[in-house]
Amino acid sequence: MKRLFSGNEAVARGAFEAGVQVAAAYPGTPSTEILENIAQYPQIYAEWSVNEKVAFEVAYGAAVAGKRALAAMKHVGVNVASDALMTAAYAGVNAGMVLVSADDPGMHSSQNEQDNRYFARFAQIPMLEPSSSAEAKAFAKLAFEISEAFDTPIMLRMTTRICHGRGVVELEEPQPVRTRPYVKDPQKYVMMPANARVRRTVLLERMRRLAEYSETTPLNRVEEGDAEIGIITAGVSYTYAREVFPNASFLKLGMTNPLPMRKIAEFISRHRQVYVIEELEPFMEEQIKAAGLNVRGTDLQSTAGELSPDVLRRRFFGTVPKKAAGNDLPARPPVMCAGCPHRAVFSVLRKHRAVVSSDIGCYTLGALQPLNAIDSVLCMGASIGMAQGYARVLEPDRPVVAVLGDSTFIHAGIPALVNAVYNRVKMTVVILDNRITAMTGHQENPASGKTLQGEQVPVFDFEAVARAVGAAYVRTVDPIETEALERAIGEAIACDGVSVIIASRPCALVDRHQYTGVMMIDKDTCSECRLCLRIGCPAMSLRDGSVVINPDLCFGCSLCSQICPKESIHRTRVNVEG
Amino acid sequence: MAETINVLIVGVGGQGIVAASNVLANAALAAGCDVKQSEVHGMAQRGGAVSSHVRFGTAVHSPVIPLGEAQFLLSFEKLETLRWLDYLADDAMVIVNDYRIDPITVAGGKAEYPADIESRLASSGYGTLLIDGMKKAEAAGNFKSVNMVLLGVLAARLDLPIDTWKSAISRRFSGETFAVNWRAFELGRAAGLNAEP
Repeated sequence: MKRLFSGNEAVARGAFEAGVQVAAAYPGTPSTEILENIAQYPQIYAEWSVNEKVAFEVAYGAAVAGKRALAAMKHVGVNVASDALMTAAYAGVNAGMVLVSADDPGMHSSQNEQDNRYFARFAQIPMLEPSSSAEAKAFAKLAFEISEAFDTPIMLRMTTRICHGRGVVELEEPQPVRTRPYVKDPQKYVMMPANARVRRTVLLERMRRLAEYSETTPLNRVEEGDAEIGIITAGVSYTYAREVFPNASFLKLGMTNPLPMRKIAEFISRHRQVYVIEELEPFMEEQIKAAGLNVRGTDLQSTAGELSPDVLRRRFFGTVPKKAAGNDLPARPPVMCAGCPHRAVFSVLRKHRAVVSSDIGCYTLGALQPLNAIDSVLCMGASIGMAQGYARVLEPDRPVVAVLGDSTFIHAGIPALVNAVYNRVKMTVVILDNRITAMTGHQENPASGKTLQGEQVPVFDFEAVARAVGAAYVRTVDPIETEALERAIGEAIACDGVSVIIASRPCALVDRHQYTGVMMIDKDTCSECRLCLRIGCPAMSLRDGSVVINPDLCFGCSLCSQICPKESIHRTRVNVEG
Repeated sequence: MAETINVLIVGVGGQGIVAASNVLANAALAAGCDVKQSEVHGMAQRGGAVSSHVRFGTAVHSPVIPLGEAQFLLSFEKLETLRWLDYLADDAMVIVNDYRIDPITVAGGKAEYPADIESRLASSGYGTLLIDGMKKAEAAGNFKSVNMVLLGVLAARLDLPIDTWKSAISRRFSGETFAVNWRAFELGRAAGLNAEP
């Protein structure tokens, strides 16, 4: 049966067909849908782990214990998991273990565009790179075979266009689930120095055997064309290159670590000019050149940004496309949603002229106009860590505040909070608790009280945790009650130690009917002061010099009415949403 | 089907662009085509500009449409139409939802919403259909079905059998939701069949 699957759905299907029994991930665009789809197969245990390192360890433990397992994460998630990955490569697996890295060239929704192919090389594990949904499924299955045959974790490296691109996939029957017996083997799995030294040799020998496999596997195939131009490529870059060079010869690599150097040399020898077309870093080009082979690559291509057929045409042929669209159009940046009460926190922090270190999530959008309330964003958990550095250096009366979401606090905020209390910092932490991982499309987390597979569990108690680690001031407030919020933040900032505010209200998109009606402006009393526009609600706009509320977009949260000095904004009784 | 048909679907996060792309792609699959579709999730969902590329034909390589090669632009918001004109082939058809959503830059008074969108489209040389999608969606039973209205307009211009559309829509929606969305699609298709050019 043929189905239209995104690359992420295809990986999930591939895992199912390969008889995977355990899958773990932390949500992150563009990887999130892999686990969401695996969770649809009741045969597989699937979980949202609290962070990527834990997800990797859960999957790895399951593989060592004897069942095929998968961990999925976005590229920066592998940074978090890398401590476990580097040594897991030494110890190897028992049943197959696949690590899916979903990279984001072009940074559609990421803080950097690191090329995780280097992680496969760094950790010395094999890597497969699919170029379509069909290959995503096929490679996911084959990855488990390779993992078991060579006793190693393996990386399946995807990129945004593969993850979120859809293509035709042929469904196959799942393989029977196999269990490998678990045998206690401390020499293999206890990585203390004496054992690790032995395993280091095993690792190097394994990579030599994998290089031989790379030479012969049909994953790395030649598509004969014109002898003039040869192209070595992999992943989504292959599809762009096929579009732009329909007559060239291709060496299409599905396995890109280790590279098949003999096959590459033979391909180069048969073509007058060979180009390496790859996205981001010159990962393949540098290795090919280091082997003394003559190819062209980065001299024609930038290493910044996403490739596309247009980018290739511009770089190779200097084609500059026509310009029909105006460059004078107003930009349309993303904004915090209409109905999100958590934007109120930023309004209050701005009043205090606080230095605000933020974290990764919806609230990062508080950095944009008109809220403009954020000083730094680095990585998961860094809000609390960086704030401690700020507090050591900035003048003592300058409020230092870290803001982060519920999921992010649990992911990487807790150790940083412990550090702040332990080292006696004066700072405030505001946890924007909307009970869901919202930015990636609403995944459950410990604050939701629900697991990935729908099981009810106790709701994470932020207040108890903050008190347990020794915070001096702890308050839970509803951010829609702006007066109470202001009072709490004022007290927290005045507190001489670590203060923690839990601003708690569910995501407006998840709980759509938490307010009745929509807001409406009474034009008889409105003075057009435009103060309400400063909360940055996308349902409010200036039309012909006058503020209006779009009832199709308004959720009725009332933040605008609370900010209005003339009390001109009121709730309508009717809910237009229906 | 020899040539590749490229449809670019654009608008604002939350308008149902991804759902519309899925239905179109599944209709093309049911008609026996090779299909690729590509969009970007993540931050773009939060009221930002969203675009989705749908390509179908005998064999499709790149998941993204090259500049100057889209035969159809399906736009859910007036201003967004202008942003993507570079992607259009010379004989392209532009289908526009007659609806305005102010970007935050406009809402805050920092930028102007272009007043001359219709005239710019008229002078662009592309065949343009301006559709009151919200009104038709409301007539069908829910203003959120505006994406199916626009898809219906497009369907009138594409060579895909009607039952492939029905199966693609029923794959996505069931029960009363399917009924509303199918009505919206039919209203759009009627508008597309009756409209000039």
